[in-house]
Amino acid sequence: MKIAILGTGCSKCKQTMEVVRQAVEQADVSATIQKVEDVQEIMKYRVMMTPAVAVDGQVKISGRVPTVDEVKSLLAPGR
Amino acid sequence: MVAAHPGGTGITVPRSVADSRVAARYFAAGLLALGIWWLVYRSLPAYSRWFTFSLLGLAPGNRLSSAVEFFVFDGPKVLLLLTLVVFAVGIVRSFFTPERARRILAGKRESAGNVMASLLGIVTPFCSCSAVPLFIGFVTSGIPLGVTFSFLVSAPMVNEIALALLYGLFGWKIAAIYAGTGLAIAMVSGWMIGRLGMERYVEEWVYAAPARADEGDEGPDLSWRDRVHYGLNAVREIVGKVWPWVLAGIAVGAMIHGYVPENFMAAIMGAGAWWSVPLAVLIGIPMYSNAAGIIPIVQALLGKGAALGTVLAFMMSVIGLSLPEMIILRKVLKVRLIATFAGVVGMGILIVGFLFNILL
Repeated sequence: MKIAILGTGCSKCKQTMEVVRQAVEQADVSATIQKVEDVQEIMKYRVMMTPAVAVDGQVKISGRVPTVDEVKSLLAPGR
Repeated sequence: MVAAHPGGTGITVPRSVADSRVAARYFAAGLLALGIWWLVYRSLPAYSRWFTFSLLGLAPGNRLSSAVEFFVFDGPKVLLLLTLVVFAVGIVRSFFTPERARRILAGKRESAGNVMASLLGIVTPFCSCSAVPLFIGFVTSGIPLGVTFSFLVSAPMVNEIALALLYGLFGWKIAAIYAGTGLAIAMVSGWMIGRLGMERYVEEWVYAAPARADEGDEGPDLSWRDRVHYGLNAVREIVGKVWPWVLAGIAVGAMIHGYVPENFMAAIMGAGAWWSVPLAVLIGIPMYSNAAGIIPIVQALLGKGAALGTVLAFMMSVIGLSLPEMIILRKVLKVRLIATFAGVVGMGILIVGFLFNILL
């Protein structure tokens, strides 16, 4: 599973990174976390608000810092 | 209805019934909270007098007691107003997303589009760190450049923090003047940028980005419960972040209120000093994150003879023209367009400043 965190490096993006890392740890799934900071790269995901979280190329959250539980539910199998 | 089925396990409540029950409970809790809020707000003058003159035992009429009374009255008052306004705006904003704003604007022609974009800028949640993706999202879906700028000017300038502080410290008239002139600047400057045909000063790769006119994704349908939580989150996030600035600003304001002599500011920021308006705009550009702390200070200056137009110009420049946002926008705009943007908006602010200094 590939998780991408989209954001140009504002404080909310860093919080999101931390939340996702915790969620991955707690959910005990194997996932790679990648930070996307380049604007042109971010725009390829077609988001209008950062920070955003994309799982396997699909944007799941945008414009806010998610909670750990929310990210865990994204990581759960069968979704 | 089904819920009252005797002996049944009773979990078969239809969703709409459950929803309206939740809504009723939230409504009752909201009324109660509003009642408490109102009682506290109303008792502030009595409380600040009691605190200053009875508890601290200060003599009325001297500098210290006047400064202390100002602080213990205005501090809680502004924070209370801020909480209420941020919550209310949070609820309104839960109905709007940038995606929805984009869909509304996509079919609009220029002039009507500028008006709509300025209005949407107020109610759409926006953070200057998202300015770039939002800009690209707008222009690549066919929204004219000028209309996009109307949105980008109005979104930060006419914001809930500024309005709550202005209402709390200056009254509704000034708050309304601020919102009205701010909107006018957003509409006119966006329209002008559109007239100037600056499209070629947008970085080329922006228009090369994949066209995405209609994504249809406007976020999930929220229940009232979600919206209340959205509002509470906004309070936690915004009030939690700005309250030290507000209190610091009010503390400085209290010192000015108590210790700076009457009419001290008339020479520097008065209506007679024409150069004070451009100076106020220039000083305001690099100040951005401290908008919450600036307004209480400015209020105290106003009490000491500063002119309203100068003060308005200063606040608009602090809130609406921000250096960090311009640096962020450099990724998608060439310097010439950023300069035009700052110039046109700055001119608008200057006109507002001079106008009010002449009229009032």
